[in-house]
Amino acid sequence: MKRQVPLLITFTVGAVLILSTFFPPVETMGEDFSLYFDIIAVFAFFLGGGNLIRVNSDAIAKKKKGWGFSMVTMAGFFIMLAAGLLKLWNPGGIRGDVAGTGSMFQLLYDWIFNPLGATMYALLAFYVASASYRAFRAKNRDATILLVAAFIILLGRTPLGVYATSWIPESFSILQIPNLAIWIMSSPNLAGQRAIMIGIALGVVSMSLRLILGVERTYLGVDSE
Amino acid sequence: MSSIGLIISFFIIVAGLLWLLIQSIRGQEADRRVIFLFMAIAVSVPLLFNISFSEKATLIVEDVYRKIENLPAGSKILLSYDYGPSMSPEVEPMSNAFLRHALVKGHKVYIMCLWATGQSLAATAVDSVIKREFPEKVYGIDYVNLGYKAGGTGVLNVILTDFRKMYLADVVGTNLDSMPMFQGIKSLKDMDLLISIGGGYPGVKEWILFASAPGNIPLAGGCAAVSAPLLYPYYPRQMIGLLGGIKGAAEYESELKKNHPQRFANMPVPGIKMMGPQTMAHLVVLAFIVIGNISYFISKRKGQ
Amino acid sequence: MTVTRKSKPFLTPIILVLVFLVFLSASLFAQETASGISVAPPANVVASDFNYDRGEQAEVRWKLSSDDNGSAGVIGYEIFRAGVGSEDFVSVGLALPGESYFLDKDVQKGVGYVYKVAALYSGGQSFSDVSNAVIPELEMINWNLLNLFIIGLLIAASVIYFISHAKKGRKLFIRKIAGLEAIDEAIGRATEMGRPILFIPGINDMDDVQTIAGITILGRVARMVADYDIKINMPVSRSIVMTTARETIKEAYAGAGRPDAYNDDMVRYVTDEQFGYVAAVDGIMVREKPATCFYLGAFFAESLILAETGNSIGAIQIAGTAQPAQLPFFVAACDYTLIGEELFAASAYLSNEPKQLGSLKGQDIGKSLAMIIIIIGVISATISRAWGGSFFIWLSEFVNKISTIQN
Repeated sequence: MKRQVPLLITFTVGAVLILSTFFPPVETMGEDFSLYFDIIAVFAFFLGGGNLIRVNSDAIAKKKKGWGFSMVTMAGFFIMLAAGLLKLWNPGGIRGDVAGTGSMFQLLYDWIFNPLGATMYALLAFYVASASYRAFRAKNRDATILLVAAFIILLGRTPLGVYATSWIPESFSILQIPNLAIWIMSSPNLAGQRAIMIGIALGVVSMSLRLILGVERTYLGVDSE
Repeated sequence: MSSIGLIISFFIIVAGLLWLLIQSIRGQEADRRVIFLFMAIAVSVPLLFNISFSEKATLIVEDVYRKIENLPAGSKILLSYDYGPSMSPEVEPMSNAFLRHALVKGHKVYIMCLWATGQSLAATAVDSVIKREFPEKVYGIDYVNLGYKAGGTGVLNVILTDFRKMYLADVVGTNLDSMPMFQGIKSLKDMDLLISIGGGYPGVKEWILFASAPGNIPLAGGCAAVSAPLLYPYYPRQMIGLLGGIKGAAEYESELKKNHPQRFANMPVPGIKMMGPQTMAHLVVLAFIVIGNISYFISKRKGQ
Repeated sequence: MTVTRKSKPFLTPIILVLVFLVFLSASLFAQETASGISVAPPANVVASDFNYDRGEQAEVRWKLSSDDNGSAGVIGYEIFRAGVGSEDFVSVGLALPGESYFLDKDVQKGVGYVYKVAALYSGGQSFSDVSNAVIPELEMINWNLLNLFIIGLLIAASVIYFISHAKKGRKLFIRKIAGLEAIDEAIGRATEMGRPILFIPGINDMDDVQTIAGITILGRVARMVADYDIKINMPVSRSIVMTTARETIKEAYAGAGRPDAYNDDMVRYVTDEQFGYVAAVDGIMVREKPATCFYLGAFFAESLILAETGNSIGAIQIAGTAQPAQLPFFVAACDYTLIGEELFAASAYLSNEPKQLGSLKGQDIGKSLAMIIIIIGVISATISRAWGGSFFIWLSEFVNKISTIQN
């Protein structure tokens, strides 16, 4: 029963969602199943939040290594939860928009959450530089082609690239670096991306069929058939 | 001031890179912290000295601009904030530019979010752009903020056929049926243009697959630069145009200023401003690639 | 004798006045046309049911107004709708000059409607005749997607065929995938160094097939981890993924005969927020210094941050994702990368079960079909454009039709 019921649910939902694409009368059933997943996902927030509290509280109580970080995590969790749930400092009171102007939630969001997220995203600039320094080396033919393509595209998105090859006559304009960069992005790069996407789509079909037919069951915590 | 800044920044960066080059020739790999330092200088100097470059819209951006420009006044445009604060610096300029363009043309703007973190960003946009720059626009008649709904593509599946199964009220709880701009709106199919801004999941691709294509509704996209190549295959048939990263935002801002010079004479142009650091960063990365290869070949020769 | 004509002194002025009046009316008429007060209405308005939907849409087509010629005459069209037998027409939409089609998305199944189209000009509207009646109906089958259905059926049939065929014991050749061959070596390295393994199943929820693929690989990896008695650390960003991963690892430990060694804290929830999650994972990496890092699932902008941090601590990194935008970052920064479909093939590959390997064969049939269609399409399109030829033109259009989803 523990194995059969989930497999039956997987098969039924998978089959209905496929059929809803081709048969308009069943289209609403496909929407309903999507709504059911949304409802389950929302309830699952409690599981995740509970686990977060338990793990970090345990680390604080037992003063495990790095328990200071757990303190920060818990403080951030509870302050944000209180600000949103109780709508602290909210001009509209408890009935106001949770992110209303001047509310504590919006202030925390604007002045702490937003900058922290942007900072993490900004790390990418540094990591791209260090990854480029390490990875773009002409070790073999393929790596050399990659290196040349990266060079052209990077240069093509700067004014230097525009000036460097602006002397090339219009009849050979494809050799101008910005045009070459656009060509690389829209032709070989796009062809490669599309080929990968076709492979991915077929992989998804194969994997989905294995899941729907119950051939693949590892995600249920049981060995496959 | 800008020219002095340009000269100073070039001098610092070029001198530093030359030093790195000499170190590489001597067979010493650059410490990653030195690389990070150079990147920090390359990005911050253009911001400090206000270095920027002129932009010309590419076709993929121009197509989006022309669509919004040519829609009849009063058209319904849905704008979805599908990003979080981490992506905000890159895509907020384009989302603000879309808002300004839609409102100056007299279109009706329907704001929603498929990301929880998008809701606050949408609220910020309403306060900082609409209320400040378009005080004559009336909430519920010219624009509305529907807020966030959990479920990702599940939300799109539902609102494609019936808005009210997912949204009965806006973000502050006002019933949709009490708003003039929702009269006669039954589903996404009643929109004249969908715009999704974001680079993650759910994002532009999900809007194409679950809303625009099945509903036959025109869609424009805005995304982080890293996501743009993935979306090129959908242009122009499934997507009328795309703004990719800061460059796309800068191109759109320059089109707005060019075609509405009086209205947007003092418009903030963060996209155009940020192209300065991006250009400098690209040049520094190029220099590092050259230095890295020199270091590699010298060490290879020493190894042989 | 000459006859003297009677003089007619008022004739000339009358003629002049008449001529003046004629010219005045002509010029007035010309002014009216130029200012657009009167333009020809659209003609031949035809309403029809929009095919292959649930009866919620109707199409309206018309012949353009003869004054719609790019001049300032017609400035657009307005479409009006009424119930059959009713005179109460309401506006349902607008169309631009030059457009002769409108899709009415606000109709009810089984209710009859008629339409009128008005050519708009600066002075008002010029109405067409009323169209035929149309009753939108629910269609049982969306025949527009027939090509998608057939192609999907072919691929599914080949997958199912090879799954059942594999039961007969015939050995199938599967090429080596470096990233999957290296899993043993990577886990062995962690065992020798006495350091844990870090497993990241992506940042999407269980409704993403990439996450499921990551979890199925987790099952295999967890089994090896249980056998070698090393620690596995799995911070996740979704609650449902947390519960699923726990079940998977628990079963793996039970299967290895070591159920007591399993601990729920091996899998813990961090946060749904993308960069909050990657900040936490980076912190875990830098503090705990895992020997091996697995990144298998859906990733976005955080992929390079994870990979570079892993690189900085000297871990072996095996990554796999079906996000084409993130693959270059993983390829540049990780030791092994599973590209796209290799991630989905991994669970079958690692299980080595004939039925699962059979599904890979079926997938390959689908890929062969795609390649054949692409090659035929490219060749026929090139030849038809360069040299014409009715056969190649037909072939090119046929390939285009079967590979396009109609709406």
